[in-house]
Amino acid sequence: MKTGKTVEITVGAFVAAGLLALFFLAMKVSNLGTLDTSDTYEVVAHFDNIGSLKVKAPVTMAGVELGRVASIGFDQERYQAVVKLAIYKRFDRIPDDTYAKILTAGLLGEQYVGLDPGGSETYLKEGSEIEITQSAMVLEEVIGQFIFGKAREESK
Amino acid sequence: MRQGQEVSVAGSRPPGEPMLVKIRDLHFSRGDRKIFDGVDIDIPRGRVTAIMGPSGTGKTTLLKLIGGQLTPDRGTIEVDGLNVHTLGRRELYRLRMRMGMLFQSGALLTDLDVFENVAYPLREHTRLSESMLRKLVLLKLEAVGLRGARHLMPAELSGGMARRVALARAMALDPMMIMYDEPFTGQDPISMGVLVKLIRQLNDAARLTSILVSHDVEETCAIADLVYVISDGRVIEQGPPQQLLESGSDWTRQFMHGLPDGPVPFHYPAPNLARDLFRGAA
Amino acid sequence: MEALARLGAGWIRAVRHLGRALLLLLRILEGQSELLQRPRLLLEQLFSVGVLTVLIIAVSGLFVGMVLSLQGYYILSQFAAESALGVMVAASLLRELGPVVTALLFAGRAGSALTAEIGLMKATEQLSGLEMMAVDPVRRVLAPRFLAGFLAMPLLAALFSALGVLGGWFVGVGLLGVDDGTWWVQMQARIDWNEDLANGVIKSLVFGFVCTWIAVFQGYNSLPTSAGVSRATTRTVVHSSLAVLGLDFVLTALMFK
Repeated sequence: MKTGKTVEITVGAFVAAGLLALFFLAMKVSNLGTLDTSDTYEVVAHFDNIGSLKVKAPVTMAGVELGRVASIGFDQERYQAVVKLAIYKRFDRIPDDTYAKILTAGLLGEQYVGLDPGGSETYLKEGSEIEITQSAMVLEEVIGQFIFGKAREESK
Repeated sequence: MRQGQEVSVAGSRPPGEPMLVKIRDLHFSRGDRKIFDGVDIDIPRGRVTAIMGPSGTGKTTLLKLIGGQLTPDRGTIEVDGLNVHTLGRRELYRLRMRMGMLFQSGALLTDLDVFENVAYPLREHTRLSESMLRKLVLLKLEAVGLRGARHLMPAELSGGMARRVALARAMALDPMMIMYDEPFTGQDPISMGVLVKLIRQLNDAARLTSILVSHDVEETCAIADLVYVISDGRVIEQGPPQQLLESGSDWTRQFMHGLPDGPVPFHYPAPNLARDLFRGAA
Repeated sequence: MEALARLGAGWIRAVRHLGRALLLLLRILEGQSELLQRPRLLLEQLFSVGVLTVLIIAVSGLFVGMVLSLQGYYILSQFAAESALGVMVAASLLRELGPVVTALLFAGRAGSALTAEIGLMKATEQLSGLEMMAVDPVRRVLAPRFLAGFLAMPLLAALFSALGVLGGWFVGVGLLGVDDGTWWVQMQARIDWNEDLANGVIKSLVFGFVCTWIAVFQGYNSLPTSAGVSRATTRTVVHSSLAVLGLDFVLTALMFK
């Protein structure tokens, strides 16, 4: 058996290394590090169709991530999807006439919310609503429109 | 018959001396093999009592039964007035603190050195200060002549030294009795002599009761006050060593004098040799 | 008729075995309370169960991560989906390979050592010796070893997974040219701390419990001879591995619906 001190030191190092590894996995590898809701504010946006948008999908502007989709609900009166966006507090100067659309990363990738800035002097804050939205591109609809358009062209 | 033997033992000890261990009608079997088949043994206080018999007669098992590590199929074992096998765990452990046992191999904890091995029961059962503990351990080691070996690991000890350390450890809590399991087997003449002397000395100096399990006739007879001879699960004969050495019984004579043939045959039971050899040829 | 009897006898033996193991487990759990007063015992066992197992776990984790990354890259690049490489590596490690491979290595390294140690203590009468010193070997010898194994397993699995991710990153980003930012961002976006990480930790806790239980029981129950101890050691490795693989399937089915 090793001397008492060596045992204590190595066991301490072992436990520390194990906990460090767990911390690394939680903060760097999983989404726990990006889930911090304490320094975000929520804004609401209504969409006619969100496609396959999921909770925790990124919210970006100019390709930079500003926040995450916090929740997805359904408005029974307007028959629209209600998407709550959690925006990081440090981005506090987003115009309130900003335009939100649901985009797809790559041809078949994940869907995310892209924001295009408007020109207003007032900014989005906790609880404000993004008025102008554009639905997700649903592949079947796009193809349907394309075929419909082709058919009309030919009939002319 | 057994009644008569009781009387002869009673004559050999000072009258009125109470028995420390009383074994009555002990039955124990392992699988199909009967190890004890109605054994009665009395161990008087303050004496060295030897239990002898050929190898495989369950002498070690007897010590484990007394220590409560095994449970008999029938019969009772009383130690200092307590029925060992009806005690709860806590009481049994309290009783064991007053029993020391010396195992054949010493059973020292291999990852602790000599000092820590002897200190182990003290650390477990008492709250002594470190300096007090050190003094006690060194005294115990001094008693077995190994104070200088305190920093050695068990693997560095000879067989005889390991047994002496184990003896010091068994003595650590100042027990009322010590059980020795084959203390002389495999020892060279010198360490044998040392152990014989130690067992007698400790018994008399510390007012212990010693139970000695052995098949080494000469050494055992040199220190025992009382000898029980067991074979085939029964007590064959009992009495002071001198009486047994002069015994009229064939069996006892064969065992005590180490005769190769007698009631215990040289051959393990087997079919007729000629028939065994030529089986199949016929 | 003979075969039927043998089947029955086998069942009875198995049930009796399981009963003994359960009783031992109860006594071990009951003995845990005493460890609070003697943290030193736990510390020593964490050393032999945990610290001495770190090296093999670390090296294996690193290499498993590197190989995963290499293989994953060849397959994913066929679909032009190299950006998902980090996700694939991390998900495989956290969900399956981390807990399972760690448990298998643990059974081989620490479990077998535990069984051999306890078996030899039994064979050399050290356990009997403790009992006769009025010290309960279940509390003093088995309980700290059990707790140490249970606590060490998730830490070892976390080390395995973390080093696996780093090994995969080294191969994927360092050697194969996947973009560093893509690797981490995609990973963080897709790996859920609850679904992936926490479930992996739960798995390794279960495996730690079962593996050390088997190791400790086999040691305590071994025949006190050299052949008996060696058989018990083999049984520890075989039973633990089978238990880990079987339980992994059940847990996966329950966790990832």
